[in-house]
Parts: sequence; structure tokens; C-alpha cells
Amino acid sequence: MSGVVVVGGGLAGLRSAEALRAAGYAGPLTVLGEEPHLPYSRPPLSKEALKEGVRVESLEFRRKSSVDDVDFRLDCAVIASDLDAGTVTLAGGAVLHFDGLVIATGIRPRRLPIPGPTAGRIALRTVGNAADLRERLGPGAHLVVMGAGFVGSEVAATARGLGAEVSVVALDEEPMVRPLGPDMGAALRRRHEKQGVHFHLGHTVDSFDGDEAVRSASLSDGTELPADVVVEAVGSVPNVDWLEGNGLDLSNGVLVDSAMRVVGTSAAVVAAGDIARYPISLGGPAPRRIEHWNMPTETGRRAGQTLAALLAGGDVDHEPFRAMPAFWSDQYDIALQSFGLPELATEVRVADGDLDGDAIVEYLDENGLVGVVGINRTRDLAPWRSQLMDRARQGMGT
Amino acid sequence: MSLRISVDREKCQGYGQCEFAAADLFSLDESGTSVPATDVPDSRREDAERAADACPMQAITVE
Repeated sequence: MSGVVVVGGGLAGLRSAEALRAAGYAGPLTVLGEEPHLPYSRPPLSKEALKEGVRVESLEFRRKSSVDDVDFRLDCAVIASDLDAGTVTLAGGAVLHFDGLVIATGIRPRRLPIPGPTAGRIALRTVGNAADLRERLGPGAHLVVMGAGFVGSEVAATARGLGAEVSVVALDEEPMVRPLGPDMGAALRRRHEKQGVHFHLGHTVDSFDGDEAVRSASLSDGTELPADVVVEAVGSVPNVDWLEGNGLDLSNGVLVDSAMRVVGTSAAVVAAGDIARYPISLGGPAPRRIEHWNMPTETGRRAGQTLAALLAGGDVDHEPFRAMPAFWSDQYDIALQSFGLPELATEVRVADGDLDGDAIVEYLDENGLVGVVGINRTRDLAPWRSQLMDRARQGMGT
Repeated sequence: MSLRISVDREKCQGYGQCEFAAADLFSLDESGTSVPATDVPDSRREDAERAADACPMQAITVE
């Protein structure tokens, strides 16, 4: 018996393993993690940990006692797989057999091919990246942030708090415009500008200059920005390379059904976390990949249950997937909290307060409320969250 | 048999995810720090653990 192999040592891998045990799977369980650390929390890497110093021990997830006997193998990259044969191939060439497989290899930061030196350019994903960035940030250091999404905006805010001079360069018209919309994005930009962040929106970096390390960045409008360090936060790429050749739909992560079972293979294979693309009740039938904080936990739980049922020859729960996506973001003195899928909205309405102060913002599509975002109003969001839960239960999304 | 739920007040950043996950087991105090309920029956373990899982700062322990 070869047991279950979980490929991916992040939050989704851990929660899948815990869910397998909770669902009664008692066989061998191996988690392969590419990093040298046990599963840890990434959101603090652009916030608390970047501000106060990066200590991986304090970021590690608590592991339930049910996974005490799980074989966590670190520094262990998987480069290929044969799902029909039930094998994965490790970077050193070793082959592992599995009866059941969890795909949880997540995403990596997208890198742009920009001419110039590469030293001093950091894509923030791991504790190692965060420690590297922390070392280079300090009073007076010039930071250029590429990208104005979550990571870019949070790094900009944290770096200002550390006394760095911060410029943000992004093609988007406003920061965090895709999840939050243009009005909320503009309000967020005004807060950053008040704190001294300079925005170069609608532009890209054409080249970096410097001898051994980056010293400056040349923008598409001819602007020259001094740069002691550059953070590249221009989106992510799902880590699907090792799954090529199995006939799966890898067009945007790994396509799964509402039970997280991978589509296109008869093998007992599930996927969870940032890499999985699934139909979710709130968002209608179109499968989506959702990089929100709680989704690795929610998808991991479902994936573990499904795989345990497949291996036991039991019935897979084919109920719709009704999880409620949630994310938050801390920038300066504001705490943003989101529930639902605000990125699907066709209309945005300030329900209470105003965008330059504290506010509750409703996100609506043709069926009504699809998301809500609070600015310093986390504690007041419960009624909106309930409304979203109702919609997810009824599966009204189309 | 009852559960012992504790919140590390140093780690807690007041994100409130625990309260959303299990509103009767956690509440935020005036300073925005999570306070767990006491005398929670063992039958609520799964709810408590879900709330602990939801904590971005890993500040919650369920024993």
C-alpha cells in the first residue's frame, strides 16, 4: 500500500492532510513541500512579519495531533507525474507511488522579463524572500514596487512605516482595482499618497539600471526612479508544470468539480488551494480560482473528505461548494475586510460611511449582493455576511 | 469534559475571523482582541477548531 501523497507543503496541503485523517483515512500519508519549512502563514510576510522581523517559527501553522504521524518531507520538489500509473517524480529522480493524490502546489509570483541587473529584485512569496526584503528596507531606502494589488499595496504601506521612500509602478488605473473597483481603489490611493507614496499608474518598468545590483528603474514614460530594492508583485502563476502530459485542463490552475476531484482523470486525485479551479455556489457554475486567505482551508477540507471517500470506496459528497471567500488587508491605520466575491460586481454602493473614512461597501451583480468590504468596520459586517451565506445556500449565482 | 480555548493576546491582531467562524465562542473586546468563551462543551470541538483554523495569526489554541 502506497497511501496518499500530498504535493505541496503550504496551508492547502496541511488542511487536506488533516481532513483526510478527520474523514477516517488511516493509511500512510506523505506531504512533499518544496520549501525548507513546515507549513506557515504567508499573509504576514507583507505586513507584521515584514515590519517586525521574519521568524518562521512564529508563522508556522499549528498542526493538529491527527497529523503527528504524517511524513512531512521538506526541500522536496516534484517535477513530473503519471496519474494513471500512480506516480510522482521528485527533483532528484526518485519516484513515489500513490493510491491517492492531493495537488496543492499553489502559485508562484509572475516574473517579467525586464532588461538590467536582477540583484535587488524581489518577488515576495516565501519567508526567505521576506527576510531578504526586510534587510534592504530602512529609513531612506528607495523602494520601487511593481504592481498595485494586495501584495504591492501592503508592501508599500509597510515600507513607508519603516521609513523607506516608496514608488508604486503599475499598469492598473488604481491600486487594488480588480478586487475592489475604481472608487475604492482611488480612495486607497489617496490614503497612500497622504503617507508619501508616489504612484506611477498606467506605466511599466522598461529597464533596470545599475552595475551589479539595481540602482534605478526606467519607466515607459521616461521617468527615472532611484531604486535600492524592487518588489515585483505583478500577479501569480499556478504551479502546474509537473502535471503536464496527463490530459488535464491546466489552462488556469487545475480544473476540479465541486468536490475538488480533478476533472479528466479516473485516478483518485483531488486539488486544493490557490491552484484549484472550482465551481463555487456564490459565483455560479463557472469554475474559478480564488486566491483569498480562507480558501486553502475550505478547499483542503473538501478535498480531503473527497479523497478519503474515493479511497474507501464510499460515496463522494456532490453537494455544491458553499464556502464563503474572505480576505483582509491592513494598510496604515485601516483594516479592510471582505466577504464574498466583490470582484464579480457590476455595481458598487457605499452602504454606510464614506470611502475616505470608515465605510461599508456593497458589491452587487444582477442577482443582488455578491460581496461586501468594510473599511475599519469588520465588526459590523455580520448582517452582510449572513446575506451572502443565504445566497450561497440558495445557489442563486449564475 | 470541556474544551480549553485560549487566545494568545500578543499574536492576536483583531482580524475577527474567529468571531465570524463561531460567533458564540469568540468575541472581540474593546481593544479589538479576541476573547474565547469558557466552559465550552467538548461537542463544540469542531466549531472551535474551525475558528482556530481561520485565524490568520495562528493565535488560537484548542485543547
